[in-house]
Amino acid sequence: MADDLLPLLIVALSETVYMVLLSTIMALALGLPLGITLVVTSKGHISEFSGLNNVLGTVVNIFRSFPFIILIVVLLPLSRFLVGTTLGSTAAVVPLAIGSAPFLARIIENSLKEVDKGKIEAALAMGAKSITTIWKVLIPEALPSLVRGITLAVITITGFTATAGAIGAGGLGSLAIRFGYMRYRDDVLFATVIVLVIMVQLVQWGGNFIAHRLESKHHIGM
Amino acid sequence: MITITGLSKSFQTPYGKVDALKNINLEIKQGDIFGVIGFSGAGKSTLIRCLNRLEEPDSGIIRIGEHEITSLNKSQLREVRKRIGMIFQHFNLFDSKTVFGNVAFPLEVAGLSKRQIKNRVEQLLELVELTDKTNAYPAQLSGGQKQRVGIARALANNPEVLLSDEATSALDPKTTYAILELLRNINRKLNLTIVLITHEMDVLRRICNNVAVIEDGEITEMGPVQELFLNPRTDTTRLFVQSDQDLQLNNYSI
Ligand SMILES: Nc1ncnc2c1ncn2[C@@H]1O[C@H](COP(=O)(O)OP(=O)(O)OP(=O)(O)O)[C@@H](O)[C@H]1O
Ligand SMILES: [Mg+2]
Repeated sequence: MADDLLPLLIVALSETVYMVLLSTIMALALGLPLGITLVVTSKGHISEFSGLNNVLGTVVNIFRSFPFIILIVVLLPLSRFLVGTTLGSTAAVVPLAIGSAPFLARIIENSLKEVDKGKIEAALAMGAKSITTIWKVLIPEALPSLVRGITLAVITITGFTATAGAIGAGGLGSLAIRFGYMRYRDDVLFATVIVLVIMVQLVQWGGNFIAHRLESKHHIGM
Repeated sequence: MITITGLSKSFQTPYGKVDALKNINLEIKQGDIFGVIGFSGAGKSTLIRCLNRLEEPDSGIIRIGEHEITSLNKSQLREVRKRIGMIFQHFNLFDSKTVFGNVAFPLEVAGLSKRQIKNRVEQLLELVELTDKTNAYPAQLSGGQKQRVGIARALANNPEVLLSDEATSALDPKTTYAILELLRNINRKLNLTIVLITHEMDVLRRICNNVAVIEDGEITEMGPVQELFLNPRTDTTRLFVQSDQDLQLNNYSI
């Protein structure tokens, strides 16, 4: 093992973790309200509003039909405008967040849709406001499924960061391409793959653990 | 207490318009236990859901107490809904909340303090005999216990009316009787008006004073329960009474 390997890996891993964390937080900030709105404005739900529902659904679909690598290129000017550069991890967060938000919105929409309408009606029949029903009933009832969905999104975003690495985002993906591929450093390529696999596994385990804890509380004996 | 005048409601479906309720007129007295019986698809659920406007009527006037339900705006409707309890066939409890959390929810909605909520929840759980399940989650309860939580939750804000949509249909006979017994006691104790939907004659006979028979969105017969049993006037009612007698005969012959 070459002695430059470990420092390279540590720097790349920390860049990847930074990108994944920041993109996930920002994607959630966009995707959570979007997902909630997609559900509650759907037919027969808390605040049915089919016009808005159709517009948002179409926007989400348009964004989701872009291959991610194209989306990065398209969003480069926005990165330059917001971050001042198109290179580096922070610049990559802009397309990562915007690219994963619609995906996350759909995942959140699907989780929230699973909540039995009867529970929502029960809350409304007690005189609860729409917003109270969303925060105190809809989201808590969907929580285990939301956690599983967000875990999936984090893993997908990890994959996206590797793609973004191909065009200068830094991180493990970039390390694998610059050293492993272009300089024929098989040891680097191999090590990055191992680190990525471990990272994804840890996220998956963590997500499963939390979801399981929530479920076993709610669904004992079911 | 409750008056319904000229209530109609139709649904647009891909297969055309369904007239679920056609010009319903009904009066329910304060403190009554009023049954609504009919076959599947007759419009029972639609009728009871119009009472708290979970379903928006197309036309007609509904009054409950001093409120004209059909002319309330959204925020007025929310206030009035706090005084109309509702229980459901599938209980509709919140799985993510404990028994305490479920019963506390309507009290939180009504803006009570933590202390008031705690006292009131304790009172209610005593009323439905579930004190020992305060910290259990719905998944840990039997059907009958779940419905007791549903009843406690519905009674939390001292409603004047309790709406019950097939509240015992998912329960076995023994549990059904226990729940009906509980409802009757509450009716006496609190002078609560109960509107109860069912497709079981047995439920009618056990606790209802008056009944309306609904068929195809129309009320075909209405009056005291005994009268319905003694002298059914329409074919549907006769069918119900007949099947009920068959059932009783069966029970005796077992
Ligand atoms: N949301 C809806 N959209 C379309 N049609 C509906 C809707 N709700 C009810 N209906 C129709 O209205 C009619 C009355 O339905 P309702 O649920 O009130 O019957 P019900 O007497 O409660 O029957 P059940 O005993 O099966 O519960 C039925 O024909 C039903 O298909
Ligand atoms: Mg029904």
